[in-house]
Amino acid sequence: MNTVALHPQGATDSAGPASRRIIVGYGFWLFLLSDIIMFSAFFATYAVLSGATDGGPTAAQLFDSRNVAVETACLLASSFACGMASLAVGERNQLWTQIALLATGVLGAAFLALEIKEFESLVARGAGPTRSGFLSAFFTLVGCHGLHITAGLLWLGTMMAQFLAKGFRETIRHRFLCFSLFWHALDIIWIAIFSLVYLNGTRV
Amino acid sequence: MSLARGMRSYLLGLGLAALLTTASFWTATTHVIYGPAIPVAIVVLALAQMGIHLVFFLHITTAPDNTNNVLALAFGILIACLVIFGSLWIMANLNHNMMAAHMASQAL
Repeated sequence: MNTVALHPQGATDSAGPASRRIIVGYGFWLFLLSDIIMFSAFFATYAVLSGATDGGPTAAQLFDSRNVAVETACLLASSFACGMASLAVGERNQLWTQIALLATGVLGAAFLALEIKEFESLVARGAGPTRSGFLSAFFTLVGCHGLHITAGLLWLGTMMAQFLAKGFRETIRHRFLCFSLFWHALDIIWIAIFSLVYLNGTRV
Repeated sequence: MSLARGMRSYLLGLGLAALLTTASFWTATTHVIYGPAIPVAIVVLALAQMGIHLVFFLHITTAPDNTNNVLALAFGILIACLVIFGSLWIMANLNHNMMAAHMASQAL
């Protein structure tokens, strides 16, 4: 862009066009906020329906807070590993980038495996999504977060392959910036889930 | 951002987040705290941890190149609050109005 034409007097105010990195991050941040607004609708649904158990099992009878603690630890460690990957990308270090991204992925997959196991055991105990309004809302909210994690894992694999095949070029680094924002935002949504759904639900 | 500074920031974020998570799980199981205060404590701890994640992991700060991000975040929070508290308010009201007459008298 021709900045001389924009500032004919050679004005040196700092309000020039923002760098591409800032613009890409801002655009993706807007998407994440709209995603969070969608989640807020699911949270509202859950809050309204959390007492509608239709004589079926309640949150306190179903949820195992030890399992949730392990899931939470996996996701937090995964978020941290993703931060390490951002630092490695900043240093243009291929080995550490791949190691940190692999750790991010393995921890994310462990979280997902625990969640799928929990869902299976709920369905096996006759507490599937069709049992009551409470369980429909629960499976929608937590399942939607799980779907985001699944999509994130696919994206993560793609990023690892692209760093290997194409190196640290600018477009790939911007793509990775978006991925790291996505991954950290999913951890923020999980904070709301474990606090409102599990901890408040299992309290007796 | 230098590597050492970045590393320190992520480690600090991880430490604070782990501390708040532990406090949250402890609050939910303990009998030390006055019962009705526990849900409030859990919500406050969750909000604090979200703030930690925003600052240390997502790097939403008050820096000049971050103004747009902060404004968008404020708008997002506004909409999320309207959706959540609006839904709860309306549904509680509906519930109240749908109550059969004899149940309403019991509720009073």
